[in-house]
Amino acid sequence: MKVLKCFMAVLVISFLVSCAKKKEEVKVDLPKPLKVYNASGIDVKSFDFERLEPYLNIKNDTTYVYNFWATWCEPCVAELPSFLKLQETYKNKPFKLVLVSLDFPKSVEKSLLPFVAKKKLNAEVILLNDPDANSWIEKVNKEWSGAIPATLIFNAKQRKFFEQSFDYETLEKEVKPFIN
Amino acid sequence: MKKFKIALLGLIGVFVLAFTTKDTASGYAVGDVATDFSLKNIDNKMVSLKDYKDAKGYIVIFTCNHCPYAKAYEDRIIALDAKFKKLGYPVIAINPNNPELNKDDSFDKMIVRAKEKGFTFPYLLDEGQKIYPQYGATKTPHVYVLQKTAKGNIVKYIGAIDDNYEDAKDVKVKYVEDAVNELLKGKEVKVKTTKAIGCSIKA
Repeated sequence: MKVLKCFMAVLVISFLVSCAKKKEEVKVDLPKPLKVYNASGIDVKSFDFERLEPYLNIKNDTTYVYNFWATWCEPCVAELPSFLKLQETYKNKPFKLVLVSLDFPKSVEKSLLPFVAKKKLNAEVILLNDPDANSWIEKVNKEWSGAIPATLIFNAKQRKFFEQSFDYETLEKEVKPFIN
Repeated sequence: MKKFKIALLGLIGVFVLAFTTKDTASGYAVGDVATDFSLKNIDNKMVSLKDYKDAKGYIVIFTCNHCPYAKAYEDRIIALDAKFKKLGYPVIAINPNNPELNKDDSFDKMIVRAKEKGFTFPYLLDEGQKIYPQYGATKTPHVYVLQKTAKGNIVKYIGAIDDNYEDAKDVKVKYVEDAVNELLKGKEVKVKTTKAIGCSIKA
């Protein structure tokens, strides 16, 4: 009987330990931003690539669309409505759109924040502030020459990269297989 | 059986076509011979690489008026020309964009910008957008350092001007300067390709 009790105790303890351990594993600490810009209720977090990279490698049920753009990039601005429409289409699905601005940090207050406000960009906008682009472009995708617009689509199962402009139909066609 | 053979031939044809088009789209790699061109300069004269009889090579830069990254590098491009033209490596700037798609990149605006900044080098318009695809430029600014040899102008470096687009004062590695200096010393270029963020070329 004593042996059984002992055995039970060990079992309970090991169960508790394993639970605690599991909880620890699930909780992944994603890096904090370098800085948060704020104006009239709009928050834009800025990251260097080292801080951003873990976000580009999250593997869970959600499909992530990262669009690299800038306010001064005409083809980028032209395709933004397609990305916002996509976000609307998949609002009830595990889907997340992130607009990664490559505006110069010195012009964030002057250009980026007013742009987000004026265009009512109802999506997460972050700033990638890392001027040594050669060190990180290939970490986003080996095929990327560095031209924007560029778009990265990924989830736990697959990953696709596009150095091109999108219209809504083409974009939705690429994203759909990730969702279903 | 005959039908099958034809189908097979067709299939092979499609494969060959698919691979060849992919090849031409990717442009030059380091070691390739770069094409010469005859493009209109802002003074209305045509400019070719072969016009530079005494040159040892060229710093060919695809750049433009409208792109903030290109603008951020204007002073540094002028500095490259000031330093290396006399050593035999002049800067040749080419605007690859179709002016019809962005009025800021029109020939007239190129003349204005070159005057404002005091460009000391030719600033050419890639009329019809025929030259940049051969080089494989995808964005502005995009640099090709060429070395003149008996076999032609050999591509020795492709990529960025340096490692900080935001601020010239924070630059740690000057890729183009290093490449040209190595060529001038008769050495192998150590960093042969780099990548930079830029404005996609509008053709």
